[in-house]
Amino acid sequence: MISRRDFLQVSMAASALYGASGFGNWARLAAQQALTQDQLLEFDTFGNVSLIHVTDIHAQLKPIYFREPEINIGVGENRGQVPHITGAEFRKLYGIADGSPSAYALTYDDFASLAKGYGRVGGMDRVSTIVKAIRGDRPDALLLDGGDTWHGSYTCYHTQGQDMVNVMNALNPDAMTFHWEFTLGSERVKELVEGLPFAALGQNIFDAEWDEPAETFAPYKMFERGGALIAVIGQAFPYMPIANPRWMFPEYTFGIRDENMQAMVDEVRDAGADLVVVLSHNGFDVDKKMAGVVSGIDVILSGHTHDALPEPALVGETIIVASGSNGKFVSRVDLDVRDGRMMGFRHKLIPVFSDVIAPDPEMTAVIDAERAPYKEALEEVIGHTESVLYRRGNFNGSWDDLICDALLSEREADIAMSPGVRWGPSLLPGDPITREDIWNVTSMTYGQAYRTEMTGEFIKVILEDVGDNLFNPDPYYQQGGDMVRIGGMGYAIDVTKPQGSRISDMTLLKTGEPIDPSKTYVVAGWASVNEGTEGPQIWDVVESHIRKLGTVTVAPNTSVKVTGA
Amino acid sequence: MQLTRRDALALGAGAAALAVLPMRAIAAGEEQIAAFTGGASIGEGGLTLDAPEIAENGNTVPISVSAPGAEAIMVLALGNPTPPVATFNFGPLAGSHSASTRIRLAGTQDVTAVARMADGSFVQATKTVKVTIGGCGG
Repeated sequence: MISRRDFLQVSMAASALYGASGFGNWARLAAQQALTQDQLLEFDTFGNVSLIHVTDIHAQLKPIYFREPEINIGVGENRGQVPHITGAEFRKLYGIADGSPSAYALTYDDFASLAKGYGRVGGMDRVSTIVKAIRGDRPDALLLDGGDTWHGSYTCYHTQGQDMVNVMNALNPDAMTFHWEFTLGSERVKELVEGLPFAALGQNIFDAEWDEPAETFAPYKMFERGGALIAVIGQAFPYMPIANPRWMFPEYTFGIRDENMQAMVDEVRDAGADLVVVLSHNGFDVDKKMAGVVSGIDVILSGHTHDALPEPALVGETIIVASGSNGKFVSRVDLDVRDGRMMGFRHKLIPVFSDVIAPDPEMTAVIDAERAPYKEALEEVIGHTESVLYRRGNFNGSWDDLICDALLSEREADIAMSPGVRWGPSLLPGDPITREDIWNVTSMTYGQAYRTEMTGEFIKVILEDVGDNLFNPDPYYQQGGDMVRIGGMGYAIDVTKPQGSRISDMTLLKTGEPIDPSKTYVVAGWASVNEGTEGPQIWDVVESHIRKLGTVTVAPNTSVKVTGA
Repeated sequence: MQLTRRDALALGAGAAALAVLPMRAIAAGEEQIAAFTGGASIGEGGLTLDAPEIAENGNTVPISVSAPGAEAIMVLALGNPTPPVATFNFGPLAGSHSASTRIRLAGTQDVTAVARMADGSFVQATKTVKVTIGGCGG
């Protein structure tokens, strides 16, 4: 949380969502039913440099619904700090009125009713309108893509990322960094990257054999904008070979490499950079720690953990900007860069309300052309939902509950496991579930649904291991995902305990009996990082399940007991 | 889940190490350090140990050590059944006092380096390296 009084010369009054009183202004607009594109885009152009940040789009070309998390626990120094504040606490922190557009955009409560009122969010043709408007104010604004762009939809899967590359090229970014892109396989990534008309950055992307910087990716690029020299340093997701299948990109190694980051910052400063921007896929807490370890970074544009914050966080003299996911937000950061340093900033997190921001017809045409060959398959209605289907939350989401039910039933398993990813849009009660909707929450290049036997002891080891990736008090030891979702089994977790003793009370739900460490259980899951995993694709499993149900109702999940939050 | 050797090793060894090994291994590591230093007190600073926070592959973890002016640097993986990894000796004409290698780690543990400096003093650096199954990211 930034202090409104402290930072350099610039008042923060115009930060976040624009208005003399910040969020309060929005509440009034809502009361007047007067939300307009001009108000969403209104920005008093400031300084001499503008940055536009989009990140974690996950191939969502069309408007969607996206419910923000209810449970997002911070541990260690980040306990109770943003972004680990949700719902009413979040609204209180930023002065957001209940039921206002920003309450809908940034918090989870009353999601279904607010979504019916305010409509869908995102859509790359709306994002294009915003980018063009900012370029209208500042023609040489830098557009920076934080990655997780070429992953997450039916069309992205079937075109191996080409649809997203074509759409983003039309948006004309200046630089990009990476995460899920690598799950296309290193050959495909290289092919796409070498064709990009903009910079592909990652100071932490190294050649695995020689542990030297990878040739395909530059660590940084220098831009001259508004009379200032700006260095943009890329930071790819540090733990790709652990969180995703290493065998798909064996030529590369990653890691946080903050010492090399410091060396790059020093190098660009020596080369005359007036402003140092890090385009990061670290995740928010890792970025916060890195900002305290590496000196000389002015701005971190943070991605990976899908947090949307209406104000930058401040660490020392570094501002950290978090711009959400799935095309739901665009951040604009205007900077006054003089005499080799950042003298001040003005920031706005622009929520992409699809019914308020007019689509850019040129971009709509590009998107529709990408989707046209797949239109029939995308639009086929598989079933309907009577519940909100969403994913975000540390322990479960109704989409994952449904996916776990599909695994239990279609694969005849005792226990189901679904990965704790944070991508995937939401659906509202009454909505049809199309094939596209199912792919939006399951699409990946390693989606095989395995069925295997595990001992109770081994299942506990998995929960402890994944739990530590989420709740290790040192952000550098976290991977930025959520807890593995479990179907058919309940458990208790104390997030404050060390690895090995967080998980207890594991119970097989169908019998109510405790999990026996030495007994073997049939477990079905998907998204294994192991090469050679066999089974049907998860989207086919889920489609088959929903088809049989016809109408989906997901009861509230009470099988995880959380303490220490 | 198809368990590969990588995961079986990482998980099995990791769990076993947690349950059984630490006391014995850490004691063995302490003995090794004592033998190296002759029981002298160990300071900090002047020795850099570079290792990943989370190992991409526990079977081959890249580490490097550097201590300008050192005569020898010993590296130990305190959670391994056999903690000593390597001791690098630098002669008087050595142009650089650094070394890199890849080590195998049986689960999450501390990696420690101890350097004997030219004046006979000792310094130490430690870093925790996590060996984990894949979770999944955002």
